[in-house]
Amino acid sequence: MATTLTLKELSKKEDLLTHGHRMCSGCGAPIVVKQLLLASDYPIVAANATGCLEVSTCISQYTAWKIPWIHNAFENAAATLSGVETMYRALKKQGKLDKEIKFVAFGGDGGTYDIGFQSLSGAAERGHDMLYVCYDNGAYMNTGIQRSSATPIGADTTTCPAGSVIKGKTQPRKNLTRIMAAHGIPYVAQASPSHWKDAITKFKKALDIKGPKFIDVISPCNRGWRSRTDDAILLSRLAVETCYWPLYEVEQGFTKITVVPKEKKPIEEFLKPQGRFKHMFAPGNEWLLKLAQEEVDREWERLRKEAGSE
Amino acid sequence: MGKVVAVTGNEAVANALRQVNPDVCAAYPITPATDIMQRFTSFVSNGMVDTEMILVESEHSAMSACVGASAAGGRVITATSSQGLALMWEILFIASGSRMPIIMPVVNRALSAPLNIHGDHSDTMGARDSGWIQLYSENAQDAYDNTIQAFRIAEHLDIRLPVMVCLDGFIISHSIERIEYMEDEPVKKFVGEYKQVYPLLDVEHPVSYGPLILPDLYMEYKRAQHEVMTKASKVVLDVASDFEKISGRRYGLFESYRLDDADIALVILNSAAGTAKDVVDEFREKGIKAGLLKPRLFRPFPYGEVADALKSAKAVCVMDRADSFGGFGPLYMEIASAFMMNGNKPALINKIYGLGGRDFLPEHAETVLNELNDIVKGGKVKTHKEYIGVRE
Amino acid sequence: MKLKGWKDLPPGAVVTEAGSAAEFKTGSWRSFRPVWLAENCIQCLFCWMYCPDMSIKVKDGKRGEYDYDYCKGCGICALECPGKKGKKAIVMEEEGK
Ligand code: SF4
Ligand code: SF4
Repeated sequence: MATTLTLKELSKKEDLLTHGHRMCSGCGAPIVVKQLLLASDYPIVAANATGCLEVSTCISQYTAWKIPWIHNAFENAAATLSGVETMYRALKKQGKLDKEIKFVAFGGDGGTYDIGFQSLSGAAERGHDMLYVCYDNGAYMNTGIQRSSATPIGADTTTCPAGSVIKGKTQPRKNLTRIMAAHGIPYVAQASPSHWKDAITKFKKALDIKGPKFIDVISPCNRGWRSRTDDAILLSRLAVETCYWPLYEVEQGFTKITVVPKEKKPIEEFLKPQGRFKHMFAPGNEWLLKLAQEEVDREWERLRKEAGSE
Repeated sequence: MGKVVAVTGNEAVANALRQVNPDVCAAYPITPATDIMQRFTSFVSNGMVDTEMILVESEHSAMSACVGASAAGGRVITATSSQGLALMWEILFIASGSRMPIIMPVVNRALSAPLNIHGDHSDTMGARDSGWIQLYSENAQDAYDNTIQAFRIAEHLDIRLPVMVCLDGFIISHSIERIEYMEDEPVKKFVGEYKQVYPLLDVEHPVSYGPLILPDLYMEYKRAQHEVMTKASKVVLDVASDFEKISGRRYGLFESYRLDDADIALVILNSAAGTAKDVVDEFREKGIKAGLLKPRLFRPFPYGEVADALKSAKAVCVMDRADSFGGFGPLYMEIASAFMMNGNKPALINKIYGLGGRDFLPEHAETVLNELNDIVKGGKVKTHKEYIGVRE
Repeated sequence: MKLKGWKDLPPGAVVTEAGSAAEFKTGSWRSFRPVWLAENCIQCLFCWMYCPDMSIKVKDGKRGEYDYDYCKGCGICALECPGKKGKKAIVMEEEGK
């Protein structure tokens, strides 16, 4: 039943990720988690890859989680959750459990695009009934801002520092959402915390679909992006409006753009407030900006074609 | 009470797993353990067990899924060998540190490089510090019996630790032996209902598994883990005594073979112990007081009991089917530590044998026993550590 | 929370008290403090939705006061607040001033 989502109604729900967690001030990830938890009408059991979210939400004898939660290692959130979900099916089959439970894995881009990719791909292929949510801040932030395969082209990180010869990351980011769609799983999407209604709708939809689901959510990190602590929502909104982070879903193989920006803003608007792209605005480096724009344009055009919205 | 069958070690282990009927099994193929899981999945496909399979894409994911499934709250198994165990390495520590009673038969096989699929103990010896309980098996009967007992040991409420059941690749895993199976019912009764501890699937009582622990608390967790290991030997013996009641077969922490008055002794694990025992008998017939100790429980290692069992020996050779390069063989180091504990100082030598499936022959045992005999007769220890059965 | 000795720890480092992080007050991290001007508030609840620290109390769908025990002072709520007729309902003030 589609009830309209209102903040008023949502605000009556309990916070299942409690305050007192130790994520940095202004981090995007807890907002992503909060929106996911608000979306569910069922109990959730979560797995978490090692990373910022994991170390900051369950530390010492303090846990910020009010749902069952498991952290195993960095690269295996999907495999771990596949074990949990399989035990759930086993016990249900034996009549030892009857509750309807939803299973969600959280991982950063390092734990999802890179080291955890095999585990994620395997779990997706095996068809486990679970939703994997990647909070994508585009680098290894927990270890101090090293490049990952999700780092955008040109970005200055501690392992691809912008120098006089090499100007930050030289490769474009890997398009994991497309790769996950290519697994042929029932639901894949991209979301942004700025567009909370779109995000929560996608989370809800994903949780209602049986089988493996993957949602990639942009998650600003003011430390790594070298931006202000108050602009997580502003930047994630700009990511959508510049079409750097298109909001779309691939349901049963069919692609739909869920939010079409009224006007496509130039990529500079997303890059400019972030210190990691500062060198791209230096005289002589205009080609880098051009490259970044071309990258966005190409993917946006491709996506529009795929969605039949040309 | 049981029924005598002619089966391979792998078949015996698979049958034990069928009789236990675990809730979840994660599996990934690797020679020579593959066969255990092939047989087990055919039990699943034919409705002979209730187990849900997770056919993972790597051993790393196999152990990761086992951790998830075990936390969820049920009986969990997997099996592996060699490179597979090495790939699991990271998660082995998480399984034990999180106190998860996962059962894993490990078919011992050499580690690469160079690539070799045959038996030696370098894989499980490499995992000896992982916090798992390790049981070693001389033959298919041991492997079958150890597998069944492993569940009771692992799931004991004072223990809650994962257990590896080790058996030699090919020599045991693939050779047909006559062994005795128990009936299904007594096995099920022996193993009992699984008791959940902090099940993740209890959504009414949400718990968090796997916190970040800082220096102010990490050591307390490790101290607690150490404490559990100190209790394991007793549980292993209690379980063995219950097992004897239903099987008639007796197990201890190790096997003492003609050790009571022995002057010279071999310490040797798994299948090679069978060969060596025959040679010990020959020496006894010649009037030489030879004996043998075959460890069963390697982790935790029963130092005091082992030293006590070897107390009459004047010269001891520890035979290792694995090397710690730049050190002694791993079994040797334990035996040396055991002697330090009771102040007993026999001459102690170390032989490395049988790597990568190299045959262990009676003449190897004979040469070593002769060397020990010479040492006792006043000769000196020539080499403390030496490879045997190797071409110059 | 008093740190436990090894004999009192739950096996396997499991944390059994869900939501115990609430005992850890993060409000001291703040260098700027958001101040709510109720008269400019249109009750859109964007601030509540976007607060990463669950530090804005909402009761029966109505925005209430800040929970300064936890608010880290990031300023997201202030930036996202639409306010009334161009007048923000949240302003950031430096702590200790
Ligand atoms: S300043 Fe940041 S932490 Fe404090 S209430 Fe506003 S959004 Fe939440
Ligand atoms: S965002 Fe501003 S206007 Fe909206 S509820 Fe919060 S304080 Fe009121």
